[in-house]
Amino acid sequence: MSARMLPPEHDPITPATPVAVTIIVDGTPVSGVAGQSVAGVLLAAGRLAWRTTAAGRRPRGVFCGIGVCFDCLVTVNGVRDVRACQRTAHDGDAVGFQDEELPEIGA
Amino acid sequence: MTHVAIAGAGPAGLAAANAALRAGAEVTLLDSANGLGGQYWRHLPPSRPAAHEALLHHGWGDFTALSRAVTSHPRAAVVTSAQLWAVEPCSTADRGPSDHAPTLQYAVGDADGNERQMRSLSPDALVLATGAHDLTLPFPGWDLPGVFTGGAAQALAKAERVAVGERVVVAGAGPFLLPVAAALTATGARVLGVFEASRAGALARGWAGGTASVAAMPYKLGELAGYAGGQLRHRIPYRIGTGVIAAHGTERVEAVTVAALDADWAPIPGTERTIACDAVAVSHGFTPRLELAVAAGAELADSGPLSRFVRVDLDQRTSVPSVYAAGEVTGIGGADAALREGALAGWIAGGGDPGDRRAASARRQIARYRGFARALEAAHGIRPGWTAWLRPETTVCRCEETSYGRLCGTLDATGARSLRALKLTTRAGLGPCQGRICGRTVEAIAAARIGPALDGAVPDRRPIAAPIRFAELARLPRPDSPDSPAHADHPDSPDRPEERHEP
Repeated sequence: MSARMLPPEHDPITPATPVAVTIIVDGTPVSGVAGQSVAGVLLAAGRLAWRTTAAGRRPRGVFCGIGVCFDCLVTVNGVRDVRACQRTAHDGDAVGFQDEELPEIGA
Repeated sequence: MTHVAIAGAGPAGLAAANAALRAGAEVTLLDSANGLGGQYWRHLPPSRPAAHEALLHHGWGDFTALSRAVTSHPRAAVVTSAQLWAVEPCSTADRGPSDHAPTLQYAVGDADGNERQMRSLSPDALVLATGAHDLTLPFPGWDLPGVFTGGAAQALAKAERVAVGERVVVAGAGPFLLPVAAALTATGARVLGVFEASRAGALARGWAGGTASVAAMPYKLGELAGYAGGQLRHRIPYRIGTGVIAAHGTERVEAVTVAALDADWAPIPGTERTIACDAVAVSHGFTPRLELAVAAGAELADSGPLSRFVRVDLDQRTSVPSVYAAGEVTGIGGADAALREGALAGWIAGGGDPGDRRAASARRQIARYRGFARALEAAHGIRPGWTAWLRPETTVCRCEETSYGRLCGTLDATGARSLRALKLTTRAGLGPCQGRICGRTVEAIAAARIGPALDGAVPDRRPIAAPIRFAELARLPRPDSPDSPAHADHPDSPDRPEERHEP
C-alpha cells in the first residue's frame, strides 16, 4: 500500500507514450518517466520517506509537493539541499539521501 | 515602450501578461516551475502531453488560449525554471524617478542547482502574481511520511499521474478539498472520505449570507456542483463538522483519527473513530506567498495571522509605485477572480486606458468575486478551537521540530509578545522553510495564548525570497561594475531572455 503511478494505458487523459529515465538512487538504478520530478520517481518506486531529521531522527518525504516545505530535500549529483519535488529527474542523475544528524560535540 | 515584468504564470500572471501585451507593453513572464499554469493548471510536462488533459481541469480552454497568446507574442519573453530570489526597491539616487519598479534578481536553471544563470531585470512595472500554498494546521502525527498537503496530492496527480496512496483520507476545510479528492480519484486512488471541518451552521451562514454575490457567479457554483456530482458518482463520503485530529503510525501513516468538531473546530470528546489508510491529504486553507510583495515594500491588508494579504486599490495597484498585485496574494478568491484581477493589473501596468470598457467590466466582476471570497472565509475560515487537538509533544515547526509544548512553555515563561524573540528562543521558523509552513500557525498560537505580537514582525518577511547558493551569489556582478544588476538589461540588454515554451 503506497503511492503509485497510474499506468498510462488505464489513464483517462491518455498521456503520450512515456519516455523512460533512470536515476541512480543511493547506487541503485530506479526507473521513472521523462518529465517527472525526483520526488515523483521516488514515490512511484514505492519510497515514501528519504530524509532523516536532525533533532528527532524522524523520517520525512514529500509534504507540500510544491516547493514550500523543504521536507523532501535530497542530494543530486553531489549537491545538497535540492527539493526533490521541484527538481526534474534527468537520465543518470545520482540522487542521495541527506542524514541531518549533528555530530556530538565535546567529550 | 513600457516593460512589464510578471512574477508567476498561474491564472493571474497569464491573464496579466496577455492584458499587458494587448495594452502595447513589452512583457517578461517569470515562473519558478518548468511549465506555465501555476498550481491551478498543473499538468503533464510538454514532453509528455495528454490527449485529454482537459478532463483534469476547469477552464483548460482559458489556459491554452492564454498561454498560446502569450508565448507566441513577439513582445513577450517567457522564462520558466526562473527562481526569483530578491526584489530590490528602486533607489532614487541610483535610478532617477522613484516611480520605477523594483529590480528583480532571479536564477534560471535546474531547481536548487548550483549552476543556474544569475539574471536581473529592471522593468518599468511589476505585477506580483505569486499565488498561495496550502495552510495545513498541525495535528499529532502530521509529520509522518504519508501525510501530505492537499496541494501535494493534487500536484502529483496532475503533473505526474502519481497518486499519493491507494486508500486516501482527504480533510481540512474549503471547496479545494473537492478537486483534491477528484484528482486522487482520477489517478486511481480510493478516497475513503472527505472531512470538512466547518459545520452546517457556518456553511449556511457563509454561503447564504453571500447569496447575492455567489448567485451572480453561475460558473463558480457549477464548478463546485460538478465536484459534488463527482463525489456522489464515486460514492465518496463527504462529512461536514469533522476533522482529522491525529495520524498514527511509526515509520509512516497507517491510520487517522477523525472526530466531530464543534462550531469553533474543537474536537467533541467521544466522537473519535479510527480509519485505516495509507495516505492523508490535509489543507485547512491557503497562505499567500507574500515575500516578494513585502520585499518590494508593499503595504499589507492585515487582519491577523490567518488573514494577511497585499493591499491593492481598485486597479490592483499596491502602495508601491509601479507595483501591482493580482490573484491569491490579494485574497483567496479562486482562479476566476485571479483571471480578472490579473487582466486588470496587466492592462493598467502596461499603460492601458483605465477608462477602457473591458477594464470597467473587470472591476465590476472583481467586486463580485470579493463577495465570493468573503463567503468562502465565513463558511470555511479557520476557527480558534483547533488548538484543542494539539498535544504538548505535537510538532508545530516541522523543520526545527519545535513542539506545541515548547512554544506554550516559552510563551508562558517569557511573556514575550515578539515573534522574533519567540523564533529565536524556540527555533520555530528558523529552519529550511523559513516559517513558510509554521509561521502563521505559530503566530496564531502566540496570539491566542498571550495576545497579538507587538513587534510588528510578519513571518512573511524573507529578504532572500528563495534559497540561493554562495557560489551563485559569488557569480553576481559587483555592484559598482558596468554590468551590475542596477544597470543590466534594461530594456534591451543581451541578457533579455528569449525562451519560448509550450504549447
